[in-house]
Amino acid sequence: MRDYFYEIADYLQSLMRGEEVWTASYSAEDSDFVRFNHNRVRQAGSVQQRTISIDLIQGKRHAAASITLSGDLEIDRPRLRRLIEDQREMVPHLSEDPYLLYATEVRSSERIDPSQLPPREHAVDAVVRAGEGKDLVGIYAAGGIHAGFANSLGQRNWFSSYSFNLDWSLYHNADKAVKSAYAGFVWNDADLDARMSSASRQLEVLARTPRTIDPGRYRVYLSPVALFELLNTVSWGGFGLKDHRTKQTPLLRMVEGGATLHPSVDITENTAEGIAPDFQSQGFIRPPKVPLIERGCFRNCLASPRSAKEYGVPTNGAGNGESPFSIDMAPGGLPQSDVLRELGTGLYINNLWYLNFSDRPACRMTGMTRFATLWVENGEIVAPVNVMRFDESIYRVLGQNLIGLTRERDLILDSETYGSRSTRSGRLPGAVVDEFAFTL
Amino acid sequence: MLESLEKRFRNIAPPVQFCSLRYVEERDQVVQVRQNVLEPVQNSTDMGVMITVVHEGGIGYGATSDLSESGLARAAADARDWAKRTAGSGVVDFSALPMPSSSGTYRSPVEIPWDSISLEDKIDLLRRESARLGVDPRIVDWEASVWYTETDSVYLTADGGRVEQHLRQVVPSLAATANEGAETQTRSLGGRGYCRQGGLEVLAQVGFHDAAPRLAEEALILLTAPNCPTGKMDLLLDPDQMILQIHESIGHPLELDRILGDERNYAGTSFVTPDMFGTYRYGSELLDVTYDPTIPNQFASYGFDEGGLPARKEYIIRKGILERGLGASVARARLRMAGVANARACSWNRPPIDRMANLNLEPGTSSLEEMIASVERGVYLKTNNSWSIDDSRNKFQFGCEWGQMIENGKLTHVVKKPNYRGISATFWRNLKAVGNRDTFQVLGTPNCGKGEPNQSIRVGHASPACLFADVDVFGGE
Repeated sequence: MRDYFYEIADYLQSLMRGEEVWTASYSAEDSDFVRFNHNRVRQAGSVQQRTISIDLIQGKRHAAASITLSGDLEIDRPRLRRLIEDQREMVPHLSEDPYLLYATEVRSSERIDPSQLPPREHAVDAVVRAGEGKDLVGIYAAGGIHAGFANSLGQRNWFSSYSFNLDWSLYHNADKAVKSAYAGFVWNDADLDARMSSASRQLEVLARTPRTIDPGRYRVYLSPVALFELLNTVSWGGFGLKDHRTKQTPLLRMVEGGATLHPSVDITENTAEGIAPDFQSQGFIRPPKVPLIERGCFRNCLASPRSAKEYGVPTNGAGNGESPFSIDMAPGGLPQSDVLRELGTGLYINNLWYLNFSDRPACRMTGMTRFATLWVENGEIVAPVNVMRFDESIYRVLGQNLIGLTRERDLILDSETYGSRSTRSGRLPGAVVDEFAFTL
Repeated sequence: MLESLEKRFRNIAPPVQFCSLRYVEERDQVVQVRQNVLEPVQNSTDMGVMITVVHEGGIGYGATSDLSESGLARAAADARDWAKRTAGSGVVDFSALPMPSSSGTYRSPVEIPWDSISLEDKIDLLRRESARLGVDPRIVDWEASVWYTETDSVYLTADGGRVEQHLRQVVPSLAATANEGAETQTRSLGGRGYCRQGGLEVLAQVGFHDAAPRLAEEALILLTAPNCPTGKMDLLLDPDQMILQIHESIGHPLELDRILGDERNYAGTSFVTPDMFGTYRYGSELLDVTYDPTIPNQFASYGFDEGGLPARKEYIIRKGILERGLGASVARARLRMAGVANARACSWNRPPIDRMANLNLEPGTSSLEEMIASVERGVYLKTNNSWSIDDSRNKFQFGCEWGQMIENGKLTHVVKKPNYRGISATFWRNLKAVGNRDTFQVLGTPNCGKGEPNQSIRVGHASPACLFADVDVFGGE
């Protein structure tokens, strides 16, 4: 597929006239999706999709457009020619763009990971076998993810990765379930079986009579997955340069009011250890690491080329959304084996769900506990807890009320598949937090 | 194009119990002016097919952006392979399910076609609105935009069914953000809720040309407004918040695939169980909710769902009693109960699942003035800006851009950061007044997320203003 894309790039170059410049961003995937409910198959299928986005630039004027491609050059060349003609016709009707910025330093790169995925039937059979006798619900998504960038200056970037992401829950009954994930690049039946066994053991706790707690403040343990949800919400405008300059960042009190997080909080956009391509759609290369929060203080914004030009700062290769792709939170000193003891009496929260801001300038957010949330007394797991709504500020959760971060961290591969399979990831510790507010 | 595609499909359709092809071509244009500067105009064309096969009791799909005969053949082979591999391990014997084979056409009504004015004129229009938003140094960000979509689709079945649909959808947007110190407030034209089917006439229908000065002024007012007070009080919701309330706490819990458990790993389950249909009191006697894909300009109107079922209006809740769920052919067969024509997919590359389409709260008899006059202490909220609800669609918390206190029957001062929370199963029973047709607005949302693999879909909601008793309300910190 790389050769196909490079041939498209050569063809685009042949269509150019005079001083025209072009950039092209390509994304494609060949995916299998198998959906399970009650450990039976609900929907199964395959998707092959290829999309190219092209920006045709004449001086400071430019026209952007994207189309789906067939993957067959004989079919795609005429469509690309028509697209360029349409764009060429549109450009004079557009005003000069003061914030246009694209890479002019040629930095080509290639990352091609070989496919080590099992045949589709092997993985599906393994899931059904491992889930036998259990109420398993979820999705297996697997296949190749491809991305490319090219421009008229000769830059060529290519990324090919073959991954799987089995995202599933085992249900006890009603809303009591254990959520699990098995994601990576090399499938191993024994790994799946181990994770299924672990989930099954946790399920036994959910069979106990659930406890309903009153609204109030409780000591909690937030698993790495739960903390990932919190940071994803903070990332919704929290680190973008445009959000900062227009005062819409939920971290406004950090940058305007001197608020800080706990000194143990270090958050980084860690492209080097993520699974996403290190280039973006204007051809800029992401640096290996961008410190976002250091020792509890705000450090850097993620600056897309457009925002960088608007606000007169260098870009650091952020995408147009200016949110992290590979968020990394530094570990703390609390051994995972000591978490229950440190928690003492409170809630062990495996998953949070459906977060949103209740007071954005104060970075206060609400959301729900979901799946296996457990009541712990004196360091012992006692019972599952019925779902509770929280409403808390990040300045308390990761600030004055943070007791400790775990020494161990989890790598979380995002299972989202809106439009295409995600290459976002997170590497986070768990956190023990005091006085966490539940409201409903 | 469609004729040749149909011919290719007839050529490659495998000899199986059932085979369908769903072709979707979506053309989008987004024109946006931010801070009086034209953003890059976004044009996109997305097209592809999904072929579905039922074979030996299994079902499978293959989707591709390669529309050549060989591309279709590969997709059909994938679909057949999946059907064969999953036969006997499916949630149901798919060979026993009815697979509609319909014929018909649907077109969005359009009065002023999108292309009837030039791109420059559209940009000029947005520049004018942008200039009317950025009127004060405290307005730190502002934008005016229109997102236009043309979707042409055809659904073919190997046994001769043919449904052709042509949707034209407009999503206008205006927003002004004001800041002073550590306080930032935004007012918008209903988020992106003022969306409808049609052409450029939609802009006038939703008041796009009149809203900018008011939105800028209201954003500035919010900067100095006090926080919404905390307490239990009456709650009057404008239609641009009602649509979210209907969506989250009526629409999603009544989707039959959630009730069947399909969504338990992602979007969630439901507090509603199959035995509740026909008897359960969902709300007060004033609550009438319909599934109505026949309102011409509403955002999610259509003639047929994407499984080929003809669409028609159905009562979901009548006089507060739950009558019918939101489920299409597959869910209805699995549950053996009535549903609606709501098998919908966000595009060619995702399979249809049970979705909302147009889900509306029918107008009542109260004027807005009568509802305000009836309130001793309460708050009037407009425009959703925060939404969160549990996975059973029960415990919710929603926030709005704008609040105004109601005291002794009169609207009084503005409050910022108004939020409220409640429980679906009891909230609707506290519905104490439903606005009349003068308060009724036809709205929607372009983004409703659900499904594995994930799908974001366009949904319509129409509602009058509504008054609720004894709701927990609070503000910011």
